[in-house]
Amino acid sequence: MSALGGDWEMVVGLEVHTELRTDTKLFCGCANHFGSEPNTNICPVCMGLPGSLPVLNAGAVELAIRIGTALHCEVRPSTFHRKNYFYPDQPKDYQISQYDEPINAEGYLDLPDGSRVRIERAHLEEDTGKTTHLGGTGRIHGSQESMVDYNRAGVPLVEIVSGPDVRSSAQARAYAAELRAILIASGASDGRMEEGSMRVDANVSVRRGPDAPYGTRCEIKNLNSLRSVQRAVDYEAERQVALLEAGGTISQETRHWDEDTGRTETLRSKEEANDYRYFTEPDLVPLRPSAEQIARVAESLPAMPAERRAGLIEQLGAEPKDTQIDQVLSAVEQGLDRYVSAAIDAGAPPALAIARVANELAGLLPQAGSLPEADFARLLAMEHDGALSATQAKTVLGDLVAAGGGDPAAVAQAHGFEQMVSGALDAVLDEVLEAHPDEWARYVEGDDKLAGFFTGKIMAATKGQADGKAVNQALRARRG
Amino acid sequence: MAELEPISADEVRHVARLARLELSDDEVKRFTSQLGSILGHAADIAALDVAAIPPTAHPFGLVNVLRADVVTASLDRSEVLSQAPKVVEQRFGVPRIAGEAP
Amino acid sequence: MSVAELAVAIRSGERSAREVTEATLATIATDDPSLHAFVDVQIDQALERADSIDAAVARGEDPGVLAGVPLALKDNLCQHGELTSCASKILQGWRPPYDATVVSKLREAGVVVVGKTNMDEFAMGSSTENSAYGPTRNPRDPSRVPGGSSGGSAAAVAASMVPLSLGSDTGGSIRQPAALCGVVGVKPTYGLVSRYGLVAFASSLDQIGPFATTVADAALLLEVISGHDPRDSTSLPEEAPSLVAHLDDGVAGLRVGLCTDLLDGCDDEVVHAVRRAAEVFAGQGAEIVEIAIPELRFGLSAYYLLAPAEASSNLARYDGVRYGVRVEAGDVEAMNVATRTAGFGDEVKRRIMLGTYALSAGYFDAYYGQAQRTRTMIIEAFDRAYGQVDLLLGATTPTTAFELGAKIDDPMAMYLSDVCTIPSNLAGHPAMSVPFARGAEGLPIGVQLLGPGRSEERLFTAATVLEAGASS
Repeated sequence: MSALGGDWEMVVGLEVHTELRTDTKLFCGCANHFGSEPNTNICPVCMGLPGSLPVLNAGAVELAIRIGTALHCEVRPSTFHRKNYFYPDQPKDYQISQYDEPINAEGYLDLPDGSRVRIERAHLEEDTGKTTHLGGTGRIHGSQESMVDYNRAGVPLVEIVSGPDVRSSAQARAYAAELRAILIASGASDGRMEEGSMRVDANVSVRRGPDAPYGTRCEIKNLNSLRSVQRAVDYEAERQVALLEAGGTISQETRHWDEDTGRTETLRSKEEANDYRYFTEPDLVPLRPSAEQIARVAESLPAMPAERRAGLIEQLGAEPKDTQIDQVLSAVEQGLDRYVSAAIDAGAPPALAIARVANELAGLLPQAGSLPEADFARLLAMEHDGALSATQAKTVLGDLVAAGGGDPAAVAQAHGFEQMVSGALDAVLDEVLEAHPDEWARYVEGDDKLAGFFTGKIMAATKGQADGKAVNQALRARRG
Repeated sequence: MAELEPISADEVRHVARLARLELSDDEVKRFTSQLGSILGHAADIAALDVAAIPPTAHPFGLVNVLRADVVTASLDRSEVLSQAPKVVEQRFGVPRIAGEAP
Repeated sequence: MSVAELAVAIRSGERSAREVTEATLATIATDDPSLHAFVDVQIDQALERADSIDAAVARGEDPGVLAGVPLALKDNLCQHGELTSCASKILQGWRPPYDATVVSKLREAGVVVVGKTNMDEFAMGSSTENSAYGPTRNPRDPSRVPGGSSGGSAAAVAASMVPLSLGSDTGGSIRQPAALCGVVGVKPTYGLVSRYGLVAFASSLDQIGPFATTVADAALLLEVISGHDPRDSTSLPEEAPSLVAHLDDGVAGLRVGLCTDLLDGCDDEVVHAVRRAAEVFAGQGAEIVEIAIPELRFGLSAYYLLAPAEASSNLARYDGVRYGVRVEAGDVEAMNVATRTAGFGDEVKRRIMLGTYALSAGYFDAYYGQAQRTRTMIIEAFDRAYGQVDLLLGATTPTTAFELGAKIDDPMAMYLSDVCTIPSNLAGHPAMSVPFARGAEGLPIGVQLLGPGRSEERLFTAATVLEAGASS
């Protein structure tokens, strides 16, 4: 957490653009595909050729409604507008977007720490082509010419705009992570920041205390990872505080985050503010999703991360420990909570299920994610029934994950794992106690630390096949 | 004929810049006068009390015109590039871009 | 001979499409140099097409309802692989990689496109003097304009070079040249004809429509090009209307409103022609009432804010990056400026700037917003009028053809030519100009019929009656 000093407070809003997982572009039937040969997925519409006209993709509308619903937005009748500006990657030199009547508005999302960030809007718009700069460093500055590939032009985007509710860089990062998880869970997007299918911009300003008026904000672009989001927000807030404390003023501008130098820099763009001259897109008609569609989407959405966290925490009972809550957050964040649910459904105690997932299963990522949930549930059932010790269960788990699944009982058998029947345990106990009479005498007197000594000896003698809990019980029972 | 010039020469220059047009001083003068005359004529609707009337974007109330999310044939790249002023590595070549996209 | 009869003759083998096309091309070669109706004559393509029609006939196939009929396309209609310049330098040499929907429909109907016609640059004008390739002359009097922006298409039909042509109408650009040249010109209901492949001027106002020498020919052509198109989101859901079958339904009992606001400011001889047209209707059993729709007067101002606003956005794409002309410069923005400055003519620049201004921050509500509301007001006024009458009758344009150069230096004076035609575009209603009389110098006078949305059937029936009673 950055210490801004004094009573300075940062105010952050985030704008996230996400590409939608549709087969085709927003307004034409060209393939929505990353990595094709340049300019092979183009047509008169997405090239903006004279005489071309847009026709809206029903699949994109469905996914936009999924996103809005997952973010608790109101899904509304909406219209499209033209945002007019010249740029070579914009084939019509205007972008078809949504302005004052967006498809989704007034929602929110809840973060793991319990804070809530408002979602002002999540609207549809088309993506631009991709420009490559030649000469120089590949960045715009210093390049002599550029070239444009329009494969990406017209790809459907949803732009999600948060309220100015974020107050720390960690929270900004958490917001981006949570939103990404929601976008993936809703099926609308694949959330790949490195590939550019999810792009985060941060609007950062500072003010003296929570009741002061908002300061002038700067928009920070080029945040390609969750870590960049956090670093850039910290840097920018500190930059602004330093500037203001030195008596300067903040110019409202767009700044570029440089991951290598760890700084934001002004983009030396035109001085005049953009006048986008928005007006209703005359080539499209209004969109009014039916109540049926909205209801169907709401019903078909899987549980979102916040819901899944809450559900699992509830299963932990009245007073879950902090470590357990952390385990839940971690499991959900890594998308592994479905294993917890499967195990609990099969009868495993929640605490055990959560622990095994957050500790052992998570340690086996990324392969762990391919393990069939049913196999994991059966393994945990075996452990819970006492058929396997904890150590044995962990070993079997490792094998199952490596093999991409399997029958836990068969794997256990292959290892020769069998839980010691209690008679056999007594016999081993007799042997060990006889071998260490002095230590046993001290243990009987009350030196509980020796429980570990004896457990170790017994485990060695049984080659790990004894169950730790049963051993402890047996020792105590023997002591009397 | 309108005497007043509701648009100034500065505004004409500004609007020309927004529209990526370059005007000579003569043209600025001429267009200022012509545009002024046209806008002056529009004073008749400026005076109308239509605040309560909703704007019309479309003559007929069509809504929900959609197409299925199904791939259709794209254009032949070579045909499109054959019309391009400059081609570089199968892409559209342009001179140096001075600023970032808005 | 009607185009329907010509097509029958070609389909039956009585005449060959090749022979008809050759004759057409020969007439064009002789007559067009003095008129300049065409910007591109497609000799090879047309002959190839004609041959394929004849071959289809020989195979016993039906090449379509307009088989072998020659037709000219306004140069703002995309034709795959053929020059399409919108009479602008900025698109000089451009060959679209696709066909407009209407062009595909024409092909299916067996039409032989013989070339592209001259127009005001990007359809902005009322005289075809704004073409980058020189003006077109009025066949009735070559010292005068043919009207615009579809002047070439009107002249080509008026000079009998082709029996049919297509134009586009945004504020009167089919009807006004039709009136000035003495041919039939129709602007259909907005959305009846697909705009896919029509290079956009003002998207919410543009429509493609037919030119012909007779109402019947225009009706058949309109049937061929109309109908729902999934590539145009503003396309009406229905299929093409049936017009030819209703031409002779007659006007008995039809209520026709003689709209006094569509007579104001018109030359006496034009007013006289319109009143005589009303008498023709009355003589055939229609009921004539004089009707005032004063709201229509505000159409001109609303139009000259809305159309340039949409145009300023539609023409932004001409930036030298992907097609058309490019004027090189050190950076892309300078290249955009140099290209557009060299590539666009004065009228286009004027309208782009006017439109940019009307949309710009601070002025949007006062200009564009106000114009959109005025548009609604006019639509509501029309609706009220059509509660009392079935059709409206008025002048198409205030004067007969004016001389080349007469209005080119006074944009406002030029814009006034559209005062009678603009309201229909704002409302999305159909309207047509029917040649009806001759003026003092023998110059054609057309009268205008207007109807509510989707009333083409009624319009064509009434037009047939007018045509029969015409003295042109």
